[in-house]
Amino acid sequence: MAAEIDISSVASATRRFTLLRVQEELARRLEPVAITFLAILAGMGLFSLFLLALGKSPVQFVQLIYAGGFGTWFSLQNAFSRAAPLLLTALCVALPARLGLTVIGGEGALALGGLGAAAIAVPMLSVSHGWPLWIAMGASGAVVGGLWIAFAGALKHYRGVNETISSLLLTYIGIAVMNHLIEGVLRDPASLNKPSTFPLPADAMFGKIWGMDVHWGFAIGIICCLLAWVLIERTTIGFAARVSGGNLRAAQIQGLPVGKLIVGFTFLAGAFAGLAGMIEVAAVQGSANGSIIAGYGYTGILVAFLARHNPLAIIPVSILLGGVAAAGGLIQRRMGLPDATVLVLQGTLFISVLFFETLYGRFKLFNPEMWQITRLGKDGQ
Amino acid sequence: MTKLPSISRRHFLQTTLAGAAAAATPGLLSSSAFAATPLTIGFIYVGPKDDYGYNQAHAEGAAALKSIEGVTLVEEENVPETVDVQKTMESMINLDGAKLLFPTSFGYFDPHVLAMAKKYPDAQFRHCGGLWTKEKHPANVGSYFGYIHQGQYLNGITAGYASKSKKIGFVAAKPIPQVLQNINAFLLGARSVDPSITCQVIFTGEWSLAVKEAEATNALIDQGADVITCHVDSPKVVAQTAAGRGAFVCGYHANQSALAGDKYLTGAEWAWGNVYTDFIKTMQAGKPIGNFVRGGLKDGFVKMSPLGKAVSADARTKFEATQKTMLGGNFAVFKGGLKDNKGNVVVPAGKDYTEQAIELESMNYLVEGVIGSVA
Repeated sequence: MAAEIDISSVASATRRFTLLRVQEELARRLEPVAITFLAILAGMGLFSLFLLALGKSPVQFVQLIYAGGFGTWFSLQNAFSRAAPLLLTALCVALPARLGLTVIGGEGALALGGLGAAAIAVPMLSVSHGWPLWIAMGASGAVVGGLWIAFAGALKHYRGVNETISSLLLTYIGIAVMNHLIEGVLRDPASLNKPSTFPLPADAMFGKIWGMDVHWGFAIGIICCLLAWVLIERTTIGFAARVSGGNLRAAQIQGLPVGKLIVGFTFLAGAFAGLAGMIEVAAVQGSANGSIIAGYGYTGILVAFLARHNPLAIIPVSILLGGVAAAGGLIQRRMGLPDATVLVLQGTLFISVLFFETLYGRFKLFNPEMWQITRLGKDGQ
Repeated sequence: MTKLPSISRRHFLQTTLAGAAAAATPGLLSSSAFAATPLTIGFIYVGPKDDYGYNQAHAEGAAALKSIEGVTLVEEENVPETVDVQKTMESMINLDGAKLLFPTSFGYFDPHVLAMAKKYPDAQFRHCGGLWTKEKHPANVGSYFGYIHQGQYLNGITAGYASKSKKIGFVAAKPIPQVLQNINAFLLGARSVDPSITCQVIFTGEWSLAVKEAEATNALIDQGADVITCHVDSPKVVAQTAAGRGAFVCGYHANQSALAGDKYLTGAEWAWGNVYTDFIKTMQAGKPIGNFVRGGLKDGFVKMSPLGKAVSADARTKFEATQKTMLGGNFAVFKGGLKDNKGNVVVPAGKDYTEQAIELESMNYLVEGVIGSVA
């Protein structure tokens, strides 16, 4: 019997097998997309009820979100501009999250990154107003921010200090250090009522992306998200990190360098937030001052969780939140709603996404394992 | 910052409105003359509009414009001093058709207002602060501000009479000139009543940080201070905490009497409604609006809250007399020979600094009698 192999049936079996693999892969990929979409839809639904309770029209609200955030080239660029810092601060949360760490201290790393970038810019300006300056500023911001969050990671690994609390507390210290230095040794004496570092001249600032009214920080953010995705999903280091995140003890038993992974990933996370601070200085503010403390580090937490810590998903989610923030102004102006409305919307979306997390693995459609089980069950009868 | 054209509101009114005011009877003003000039005005606030403080003072000023015919008001609150405010300004210009913008937070000016003013030369931008200079900045930008330290001096007079411990307290955001002027004026007002009074200051480091503001207020009262005032964006927490502890409160930015009840002595308030109305009427008359507008008590830029129940008759007399001198325009809070709290003479002998004195704009000291340090 074994000798009589029907070639055509093997070919068709192979074909069926390949088709099944593709279907399985597609199903796995679609699960997060579909569930996140459902979560956002449900969040919007809940929020509509809230608006109705206030006596406002949800339809007008959705129209304004579209018109103010996405509907025209101007609104879309508005969304991109606001998304730029979120791309990087979200990475500060997403990378450690893949290792099972909840780091929420991106705001402090951003503040110190901006300060580090502005501090190195002062001596560098006599040398360069272009690429060498920007690379030095970026490196300085990234290293300062990276060390800040790596400190929280090291505290976690070597001393067992909860990284969520330590990174948050480090944020307060970071902002205080920044304020101390910009009001002290790093202060431009001309900045009387708004203490700042020495400003960058106009020709030393980042320009706009070609053909757009969006600064280069947006492109840098997207590139960083892509790089982070490759690191996590397509390298052995990323694999080791995901294994450690899945089960720390198992990873240790396997001999994975868990300590190095934790410190390395938290460094990288902080470096991205520090880079966001550098971009705020080089592309927007022109100097480090209190204005860079705008809550981007905290909004990044929301973005990372909405994106389920997937660096690729961070891109659309940042643009979505950027657009909602852009439209938020129009909603205030046209509907007479307070700014807190947009915060309520963000909160509702956040809760909804967290709630919908429980649906993973529940839909047969998206879970090939369930197909197998069903088939086995049928065969057994 | 040396040779700024100093234009008081009165002067500004005289030069820009004289023609219109002379020609128009009251009836004409409201009906035919300007009704045909629709004008959309955008107001941008860094915090909530109902903060009992900086933002509320501006929002009340904006609200005063609603009754002017032809004016459409668009407002946005909680706008951070980042690319967000640039986009908000653009959005108001592009989507709402705003022709005049008031981005009210100090931190909006450089680089955000300047960038948008260059990009939209047809729109007018007026910023609350004090940085516009003709040589450096676009012509469609301007700045306006008020000499509110006069109000803190008057606050100090009521504090000087009310204090039993002879210790008063000040919760301050940052050691910058505008804040230092207020701290110093508050103490000097109190010392005009009793030269033995001292004022302790605590800097919170941030414009809006409720927890630290409450801690600072409690710390000041724990150390014996029995009258508290402040310079933070929202005096709400300070006023409520101090009154709750039984200390007297002098207000700032807006009227906080609703928060402090009988403990409220008086307060230094902005009167932006006057300033904004002048801007709008001038613009509707087709005249250029001022680029550098300053004023104090006598110009109607600053006002005092009505005196509270706890203010004694003596205090009221001195308060009113001093206010009258200030309204006459010949009162110097910072007098010649004044020393800082390290013993250095900071105002040369024989030279009084009235509110317009340019030297006050770069103040970097606390005067003798203030307990605290700027660095």
